[in-house]
Amino acid sequence: MAQITLANLAHSYLPNPSGEADFALKEMNHVWTDGEAYALLGSSGCGKTTLLNIISGLLRPSQGRVFFGDTDVTDMTTADRNIAQVFQFPVVYDTMTVRENLAFPLKNRGAPKDYVQQRVAEICRMIDMEDQLDRKARGLTADAKQKISLGRGMVREDVNAILFDEPLTVIDPHMKWELRTQLKELHQRFGHTMIYVTHDQTEALTFADKVVVMSEGRVVQIGTPEELFETPEHTFVGYFIGSPGMNVLDATVEGGSARVGAHEVPLAGRYDGLTGHVQIGIRPEFAHLSESEGLPVTIKRVEDVGRHKIVRADHEGTEINIIAAEGAEIGADQRRVVFDPDRVNVYADAWRVPPTSMGRAA
Amino acid sequence: MDKRVNQKAWLLVLPVLVLVAFSAVIPLMTVVNYSVQDSFGNNQFFWVGLEWFKETLASERIRDALGRQFMFTLIILAIEVPLGILVALNMPKKGFWASVCLVLMALPLLIPWNVVGTIWQIFGRVDIGLLGYTLDALGFDYNYTQDALDAWITIIVMDVWHWTSLVALLAYAGLQSIPEAYYQAAKIDQASRWKVFRFIELPKMSGVLTIAILLRFMDSFKIYTEPFVVTGGGPGNSTTLLSIDLVKMALGQFDLGPAAAFSIIYFLIILLVSWVFFTVMTNLDKEEGPK
Amino acid sequence: MTNVDARADSGTSTGTRTRTAARSGFRINSKAVVMTLYLAFLLIPIYWLVNMSLKTNNEILSTFSLWPRNLTFQNYMTIFTDPSWYWGYINSIIYVTMNTVISIVVALPAAYAFSRYTFLGDKHLFFWLLTNRMAPPAVFALPFFQLYSSVGLFDTHIAVALAHTLFNVPLAVWILEGFMRGVPKEIDETAYIDGYSFGRFFVKIFMPLVASGIGVTAFFCFMFSWVELLLSRTLTSVDAKPIAATMTRTVSASGLDWGVLAAAGVLTIIPGALVIYFVRNYIAKGFALGRV
Repeated sequence: MAQITLANLAHSYLPNPSGEADFALKEMNHVWTDGEAYALLGSSGCGKTTLLNIISGLLRPSQGRVFFGDTDVTDMTTADRNIAQVFQFPVVYDTMTVRENLAFPLKNRGAPKDYVQQRVAEICRMIDMEDQLDRKARGLTADAKQKISLGRGMVREDVNAILFDEPLTVIDPHMKWELRTQLKELHQRFGHTMIYVTHDQTEALTFADKVVVMSEGRVVQIGTPEELFETPEHTFVGYFIGSPGMNVLDATVEGGSARVGAHEVPLAGRYDGLTGHVQIGIRPEFAHLSESEGLPVTIKRVEDVGRHKIVRADHEGTEINIIAAEGAEIGADQRRVVFDPDRVNVYADAWRVPPTSMGRAA
Repeated sequence: MDKRVNQKAWLLVLPVLVLVAFSAVIPLMTVVNYSVQDSFGNNQFFWVGLEWFKETLASERIRDALGRQFMFTLIILAIEVPLGILVALNMPKKGFWASVCLVLMALPLLIPWNVVGTIWQIFGRVDIGLLGYTLDALGFDYNYTQDALDAWITIIVMDVWHWTSLVALLAYAGLQSIPEAYYQAAKIDQASRWKVFRFIELPKMSGVLTIAILLRFMDSFKIYTEPFVVTGGGPGNSTTLLSIDLVKMALGQFDLGPAAAFSIIYFLIILLVSWVFFTVMTNLDKEEGPK
Repeated sequence: MTNVDARADSGTSTGTRTRTAARSGFRINSKAVVMTLYLAFLLIPIYWLVNMSLKTNNEILSTFSLWPRNLTFQNYMTIFTDPSWYWGYINSIIYVTMNTVISIVVALPAAYAFSRYTFLGDKHLFFWLLTNRMAPPAVFALPFFQLYSSVGLFDTHIAVALAHTLFNVPLAVWILEGFMRGVPKEIDETAYIDGYSFGRFFVKIFMPLVASGIGVTAFFCFMFSWVELLLSRTLTSVDAKPIAATMTRTVSASGLDWGVLAAAGVLTIIPGALVIYFVRNYIAKGFALGRV
């Protein structure tokens, strides 16, 4: 098990990339802590699979280095890196039994027989396939096959990391939940470093200790689910995470307050000398309808999604979503919206700007 | 796939039925008709029952031809299937060179069979052929028109030359359909090249390989033109395979009755072996569970 | 956590990059060696035929050389100027084309029926059709000869074309059925709902969808009809005599004119080579279905 370091890493699928647009993965520097569960989250084509393949060694980056612990693994083969990977579609060896499938990675590395037997038995119990141990893998369902793939990924105890490439795509919804819970348990029990690629935010947020949000070949934020929710570092993270996503409004920010059009929005901190395209972002959860103060809005419609209501409103052509409690009355004279000042984030050119000092100015 | 029951579908199949009835059923009836009658010429026929069948089954000449036929088929299967797989594994997966390989490999398949025979007839000659000349120059006593073993080697090499590409192209198509993730998983599992072949490539190719073997069995069992052009069945009868013998008997000696009985037995053997082979292969598949 | 790592300045090393390139280069080479050997095995006999076709008979028999010393096109001229030679090619192309058209036209509706409907005896019928693909031509040579003689079709192109349907129609049904199965049934149903008659639907909508299948089928029908000799020789004598038969008869009649024989052989390879070149992208598809 090891800490993973990405140093000056970038990748282009073209032989001679000229501009930044040619890079599928833009230059990045990150250190991923040993033993944590990471989720790589992003829409398709954002470079998350490219990054995963670079870490697993299936792809050699066009620049930069990859370290596992202190070892430079950039030029090592996948086998030498000692990692495990579970793919999007179940990859099982059809002609082998479930038992042989699970034992395969250990046997290839010359593990002693009784150790193999003991590990296979253990893994089999975890993935709950004890009664099918001696069946050929060919006849099994997709769920079962993917469980074998998961088991094969887990069977070696000494792996540096386990990588998952959208492993639950082909699994039934109710099995998805079960397998995800199992994975999380396994992570807690064995403490492997896990990297889990997905485009599903629920999957990412429930599975991972840290979520790595990617967009257009760039890592836009790495953080705990709470951090992503409360302080999205980039407006993309704000949009992408949460349902509905963060409200983003063009604004001018001076000192401790922001102006949206002619209206003032109070902020919790002071911001000085902002340049570029300035916006404020506020989660729908922290916006409230009001009768007297705040931005004037027109309410378009109200959606009842069970646990709460989503109010779709409009402020001078910009959509603002508001989450109201299930029991809340939406009155006809509630024509304004207020934001919790300490939940408002300020963005310059789409990146979050931390306040220069906290506490409201006089 | 759920298909609807519709008896009107027979109307769609009708043209094929009429055509095949004309080109297969009527001739087969003729054959059956001849096989139970004897003729003294002048279109006079009389009933002999199963006499010709008994004679055919007892005939040493036909038994020998059958033995040679099985030997030929087994040898070429034993060479062409592994060689075809080997070639398929080494073909480029995509790009310009893949196209070049495809086109060049398909070339022998489209050469008329007698020209295939002609090519090897010339190629193997000691006086004017590159192969024969070279072997002779190297001190081998090679002459396919006089030595039975040399004749056998020549027609086998010719068949390998002619048909290995078919096996290779089928196997190649099977290999192309294996998703990249399997190879990646094998790398991670540290599987050796042999294990990748044994546990990934071979199982994924089993479908097309079944077909390849079946086709090669059927076609090599029917082979006539190529060895006939090269050796004419000789020296002696050493390369007289079933079809060569049958044509000799039917068109050469015009022994209609025995030739017809022979034809029927010949056809039945092909059907039987194909059927057994096909059933065994599909059952092996089923034992391992439905796909 | 997103902090910059100090080791970044070690940068990329060109040394390791060349090493991987060299390693992958070596792997490609071992494959290339196998392929080169195999292709050489395939091409050298063909080269030898071409080589001989460009020599005079005198040179062929008197000296042994790897390439023609006195390059001559005389052998080809012989073929192009002698009607009994060049008509052989025309005859072959006529019956091969007829056979391909007939096979596809009758196989299309049948393949559609097999791919879409269940009907009485469908499985038996399908299997029985396939058994014709297994039939040895030698078994049929004599009965065909008698059959076509008795209906007055002996020595006509259509006789050979019909005889070759024996193995090409089952093949065409088999390949087309595979392709048609891949077309979703909903397309048929939508078309009928939109008021298409069966015929119009089949020609206007369905056939374009299985166009590549028709291409692959045509390729294989062409191929098996083009390469066959026994039946085409048995069913013809003068008027529809195929090139393949012309070749065999010339050998026995005029002694051994190796040069002309080789030239004729080379010319029979050309149509096949052209066809392969044009359908090269479809061949793999046909083979992928495993239906040859």
